[in-house]
Amino acid sequence: MTTPTPVSGPHTHAPGGIATDMTWVALALLPATAFGIYLFGWPALNLLLVTVTSALAFEAVCLKLARRPLRPALSDGSALVTGLLLALTLPPWSPWWIGVLGAGFALVVGKHVFGGLGQNLFNPAMLARVALLISFPLEMTTWVIPQPLFTPGAPGFLEGVAITFAGAPVPDALTGATVLGQAQTGLSQDLGLSRSLEGVYDPLHQALGWIPASLGEGSALLLLAGGMVLLARRIIPWEIPLALLGTLALLATAFMLVDPECHAGPGLHLSSGGVLLAAFFIATDPVTSPATRAGRLLFGAGCGLLVFVIRTWGGYPEGIAFAILLMNAMTPLIDHYLRPRTFGRTRRGRPLEPTQTAPDGAGRRP
Amino acid sequence: MTFAIRPLLQDYRQLFRDGLWDNNVVTGQLLALCPLLAVTGTATNGLGLGLATTFVLVASGLLVSLFRGIITPEVRIPVFILLIASLVTLVDLVMNAYLYAMHQALGLFIPLIVTNCAILGRAEAFASRQPVHRAVADGLAMGLGFTLILVVLGAVREIPGQGTLFADARLLLGEGFAWMELTLIPDYRGLLLMILPPGAFLALGFILAGKRVLDARRSARTAPQGATAATP
Repeated sequence: MTTPTPVSGPHTHAPGGIATDMTWVALALLPATAFGIYLFGWPALNLLLVTVTSALAFEAVCLKLARRPLRPALSDGSALVTGLLLALTLPPWSPWWIGVLGAGFALVVGKHVFGGLGQNLFNPAMLARVALLISFPLEMTTWVIPQPLFTPGAPGFLEGVAITFAGAPVPDALTGATVLGQAQTGLSQDLGLSRSLEGVYDPLHQALGWIPASLGEGSALLLLAGGMVLLARRIIPWEIPLALLGTLALLATAFMLVDPECHAGPGLHLSSGGVLLAAFFIATDPVTSPATRAGRLLFGAGCGLLVFVIRTWGGYPEGIAFAILLMNAMTPLIDHYLRPRTFGRTRRGRPLEPTQTAPDGAGRRP
Repeated sequence: MTFAIRPLLQDYRQLFRDGLWDNNVVTGQLLALCPLLAVTGTATNGLGLGLATTFVLVASGLLVSLFRGIITPEVRIPVFILLIASLVTLVDLVMNAYLYAMHQALGLFIPLIVTNCAILGRAEAFASRQPVHRAVADGLAMGLGFTLILVVLGAVREIPGQGTLFADARLLLGEGFAWMELTLIPDYRGLLLMILPPGAFLALGFILAGKRVLDARRSARTAPQGATAATP
């Protein structure tokens, strides 16, 4: 046995914490959120407020039940971001109880049952979205065509309140299928993609978000910009979005080249169904994603592969929520096999000689 | 030979206490989860499977305990399974003949009572070493405890799931029990999640947590001084 030589520890201090990160995430989501509210009008704003408020309320109730202090957990913004992310993935004209039930499921079953922030196995917002989609298939697939605020066709404030809180029916004329839904319906009727997407898929509208979609999933450009801010601030790791989007784009391109009439191209796949929102803001949740670079690459690639598989051969036209939940479930396994290097040891677990420069890559950041 | 009635009653009380609460098949031993999760879409289905299982538990306790002197340890497991399987076949045929609709609703899970680990577990751990009267009492207690959880879980899933309680009870218990069929929320569109398998896991998780909270409160009340009780 060698005598241990004292080596100074890592004393670098990173300022900031959960609250700072969560604030940045919320800020990065702000452009896409604001644009979503502009596109879908007052009902969308009502839904957003209901969801975020009830997320905070459920967080407070759970903390109270667990006899934990309210202030630190409520002010760190994690419940707020969960509520915000959930609201952004809901159909914008959903009734209020969708938001309340979803926030309750996310916070109670998705987070506090496991022991609160940092203990949960699954991303709470995605868990709630899937629970809502399975429980209320009708409400969760009623997509409205964009009705921007202050345009003639848009509902006024009172009409918005009626749509969100009083269950005023959404006129059929205002609803439409999502691009992915349209593609799947078309394929099931043996129409080619070029015919079933005629007049529905327009790359420019798709990039701007001028499409029937969830509250915040639409605008590809604004989501991309928000994601870039988080990447630049190093709040999210680059591996997960890169691997997710790269895998999905690669698969989409390969299948499109084989048969363009049956498989949509990478542009459609990446810009629709909330893939960008999920890749930058949801799959990167530090609690439910792996800890190492290799693990994150694997995690992101797995999400991309599953999205493609679910969209192409599955029953649901959109699959990102399921994909993320399935890969969340794999995270403990990935972390078991791909572990970060222990400080002061080589990757194989042998102690480092204090003076020796590390042989196999030790000394790099894990 | 004196026949002391008081210790016997106390003994039975302990057996029932174990079966219904402390050592409940589901909440105490975490056995028999497969049929539990699969059939509790409604409280009536839970009640049906619970009663069938209770009958098998009582009868298998009786038979195993009766023959415990002549079953050699080497072949005990196949013999127990043989006894249990005969009883389950009996239940299966009787239900098919007289409760056809219920039999259809419970489907495969009636024959699968054979593989219910709670039954083999009680035969092995209890009935094969106990006198007949205790084995029968234990089978009844365990069966009623299982039925209790089945009905509670069925109700917890059925009420939010489809807004009713004991729907179709008359299929199981006859026309006289039509009053049990309650519609708690009229014109309810249903919460599909609770009827589907994930709802069973969620509800069971909350029931297990609830029992632990109650037990912790009870032990904190009975022993307030000394050892620190676990906070729920």
